[in-house]
Amino acid sequence: MSRRNAWLLIASLLLSATFLCAASIGDGAWKAKVPEKERARENPYDSQSDAIAAGAKLFRQNCASCHGNEATGTEKKPNLHSDRIRNSTPGELAWLLKNGSMKNGMPSWSRLPEQQRWQIVSYLKSLQ
Amino acid sequence: MEKNSVLGSNLRVVALLGLTWLLFWPARSQAQENYFVTYTQHMEEPGNLEFATKSVAGFPQAGNAFLGNAFELEYGVKTWWTSELYLDSQTTANESSLFTGFRFENRFRPLLGEHWINPVLYAEFENINSADKALLEVVGHDGINDFLERNDRSEKEREVELKLILGSNFKGWNVSENFIAEKNLAAEPWEFGYAVGVSRPLSLAASPNPCRLCRENFTAGAEMYGGLGDRYSFGLHDTSQYLAPTMAFHLPSGPTVAVSPGFGLNSNSHGFLLRFGVSYEIDQFVSRLRGKR
Repeated sequence: MSRRNAWLLIASLLLSATFLCAASIGDGAWKAKVPEKERARENPYDSQSDAIAAGAKLFRQNCASCHGNEATGTEKKPNLHSDRIRNSTPGELAWLLKNGSMKNGMPSWSRLPEQQRWQIVSYLKSLQ
Repeated sequence: MEKNSVLGSNLRVVALLGLTWLLFWPARSQAQENYFVTYTQHMEEPGNLEFATKSVAGFPQAGNAFLGNAFELEYGVKTWWTSELYLDSQTTANESSLFTGFRFENRFRPLLGEHWINPVLYAEFENINSADKALLEVVGHDGINDFLERNDRSEKEREVELKLILGSNFKGWNVSENFIAEKNLAAEPWEFGYAVGVSRPLSLAASPNPCRLCRENFTAGAEMYGGLGDRYSFGLHDTSQYLAPTMAFHLPSGPTVAVSPGFGLNSNSHGFLLRFGVSYEIDQFVSRLRGKR
């Protein structure tokens, strides 16, 4: 293989890797990382109206700057009225809030107590 | 004299404009500080800019009362990288008010995701002088004697500071531990220190209604910090140690106000230090500047 071809191969590999990384942003790749035990967890506040109201308040305080007041997304941040959120279990959403998806710009919200993260999950599920 | 008067007048105008800007800037996020000395594992959200003041008032019996200040600008570069600039100043009764230097620091979170204990690496360069009284950390053999001399800016302190920050969240409690190593670049030995903090919101669940004075907006805790000597005399001998309860009030979509009375635990420490601060966070700062928000 000539030196030129070797460089082309390396460039192609790098380009492919870049596209793969870019494609993984916002594609829900985080869901594959959720442990089964976490995935199966149930929301202690499931469908409670107070929890949904509290979750909406917490969402506006902590999440709306990226995802918009109505969770419809902003410039580069996803709309949460989506099949991905609709099809996610409460446990998966709670895991995402706790761990974030830091490579994709979603921070960990572990600084919020677990109860408040569940309240946000209640709100997100109420959007569907 | 006239020059000082013009400078003072300009500073007042800048401060007034800054305050007006802060009051009318539509911020939403709330700042996160629970402690004054201890760092937690929590990073600034990417794109957010936080303004904060950290002040400490001391009343040494054998010296003049002082007020040390640090003005802080903190920016979330990435989810795993936070950058900060501090501007330090101080006022000492019967002496003078001084700008004492700056600090530039970066924090990196090497492990993405939440673990039972979360490490953060901290690196700081500081260029301050010997009159600095911000007391943002205590290392080596720092003690009350450093505060008894009259304000003296003659000694430059160009230092690097490294910290290993460990933090955990468990059932609403935050537990953070900092291990500090600091080196004055002027051929002085490495100095060591520590800070540990524990805090918890007064209520773990949020109330459904908008409220300002509800318990979820208050965080209470305590921190302990002090020096651990230096490379040649490691340990607690001839160091200062403090224990300080902390209380923070997070005003929803507004500033966070925090206060912490600190108590010296040995004769080398200040008997009492009163820390207080205000922080204010502007979300998606750069996007707003670009007019995309």
